[in-house]
Amino acid sequence: MTDATTDSAMTAAPLAKVETPFQRFRAEFFESKIATVALGIFLIIVLLAILAPWITPQNPYDLAQVTIMDGRLPPGSEAFDGYTMWLGSDGAGRDLYSAILYGLRISLTVGLASGVIALLFGMAVGLIAAYAGGRIEVLIMRIVDLQLSFPASLVALMMVAALGKGVDKIILALVIAQWAYYARTVRATALVERGKEYVEAAQCLGISQSRIVFRHILPNCMAPLIVVGTVQTASAISLEATLSFLGVGLPQTEPSIGVLIANGFEYMLSGRYWISVFPGAALLLTVVSINLVGDHLRDVLNPRLKK
Amino acid sequence: MTVFIIRRMLQALLVVCLMSVIVFFGVNIVGDPIYMLVSPDADQADIEAAIARLGLDRPIWEQYVLFLKGAAQGDLGDSFIFGESALKLILHHMPATMELAFSALILAIVIGIPLGLYAGLYPDSRRSKGIMAASILGFSLPTFWVGLMLIMLFAVELRWVPATGRGDLGSFLGIQSSLLTPDGLSHIFLPALNLALLKISLAIRLTRAGVREAMGQDYVKYARAKGLSTRRIILVHVMKNIMIPVVTVMGLEFGSLIGFSVVTETIFAWPGMGKLLIDAILQLDRPVVVAYLMIIVLFFVLINLIVDIIYSILDPRVRLQDQGA
Repeated sequence: MTDATTDSAMTAAPLAKVETPFQRFRAEFFESKIATVALGIFLIIVLLAILAPWITPQNPYDLAQVTIMDGRLPPGSEAFDGYTMWLGSDGAGRDLYSAILYGLRISLTVGLASGVIALLFGMAVGLIAAYAGGRIEVLIMRIVDLQLSFPASLVALMMVAALGKGVDKIILALVIAQWAYYARTVRATALVERGKEYVEAAQCLGISQSRIVFRHILPNCMAPLIVVGTVQTASAISLEATLSFLGVGLPQTEPSIGVLIANGFEYMLSGRYWISVFPGAALLLTVVSINLVGDHLRDVLNPRLKK
Repeated sequence: MTVFIIRRMLQALLVVCLMSVIVFFGVNIVGDPIYMLVSPDADQADIEAAIARLGLDRPIWEQYVLFLKGAAQGDLGDSFIFGESALKLILHHMPATMELAFSALILAIVIGIPLGLYAGLYPDSRRSKGIMAASILGFSLPTFWVGLMLIMLFAVELRWVPATGRGDLGSFLGIQSSLLTPDGLSHIFLPALNLALLKISLAIRLTRAGVREAMGQDYVKYARAKGLSTRRIILVHVMKNIMIPVVTVMGLEFGSLIGFSVVTETIFAWPGMGKLLIDAILQLDRPVVVAYLMIIVLFFVLINLIVDIIYSILDPRVRLQDQGA
């Protein structure tokens, strides 16, 4: 990041316009139409999920509002209570549109929570490895390498096999499956940053170790961390959906998107496609839009790809 | 060299032991399987008899020691549900999984490499951009969702192939396989394609990168200058050079195919180890879960060990670095 900003200061000088790094980043990010649209879609999804209790025609998990008479209605049917079920209803008579928005709340919460916790944990471990060096570094990196030799999905599956069902357990399983990616990224970047002159300068000024690590090195490690974070969060959401679909993730009482798709699966072979296709489409939109944003962030934040 | 191999093997052994502790204690702390195994009208005496029979009344560390003793003799405990040896149960389901993973690997190579070759030779064409966009989708779409779509399209709407099961088995040299009968082939097509999608994307990317790099190399220019046909240059000179890394990586991915098959097998009701694992988790059949996880860990550790050793033979720097550390 420091390199990028000094470069930009040089190239921007003839224009006599001073840009903050953030403005520059914003301008570059919105250059890509695909990434802009993807970000927009993701924000809409988040907003819909947050507002779900106020904008859905029913609370799908309030038994008083759900009637079995509405079961398995095709998209566009009118519900017993009079509103239109644009996406149809599931086997228990829940309006799918409402169920999807409520499901997104759970899926996004689990995905974001595990992403943030894994990021913080992986970051701490990576920084320790990079700064401590020696035996501690060798030990930490051995564990990281070991874990990365197993696919994340398999690690998560092992963890839920051992831990059981439930929101907290799934988040723990996802954190365990993903922290190593963050640790590796932070260590690699921090090692490069540690050798730079500004760190030496800070040391000469007599600034404390912890201040150098947290105020000087860490901010410069943020760019790759953000990129890994977006991609890993998308994969956490999709992993949670996969585990829930298999029946080993979230229980029926925490109906995430994956649980909805699993519930619809049994109806699929009889041609009632909508019960799992629409939740699936919601999952897809979420995951693909985050991935597209992450992909573009990688291009924007990588100084080596700068024109 | 020998020192390096011994060190690596000791490390591998350590990993397996460590995982056995984590897996065994993790799995055995969760849930109480006894109430699923005795009939609902069993009285307290029956339940206690069952607990004693299954060895659940002993302290957990004693159960672990017994497990280790058994494991050393190739006995990973008996399944609570089937009453059979867990190891035997898994080995019985293994051929179906291997067959599926193997078919997926073949599909990935057969589909992925030609597409990657095309995308690498004509990077700016519309079709290449389409191929690359599809490969991004292949990476980011959840496997189970693609599986659902495949079932909906090919099995429910078009009715071309059956959606679930393994179909008729043919026998060749004593090996039973779905690949040997037309019915079996029609059953394996969808799951294999589903499992292969991620690897197809990977093969496309690897081949494309390899081709683009190779096309600028001197040996290609030299072959051109010699007047060889483009066809010959690509199929003989370029392909020979890029196939080595691509095939190596794809071979390494075999392990992850077996891991991923858990999802595919569940969707397509394919009777392999993956489906066995999910069923065992849902029924709290601990010995089977533990045995499956131990076998998978062993499998991955072995693959990594072999790769490490081969690399150290091919590239002495790997070995030296390890000694320095």
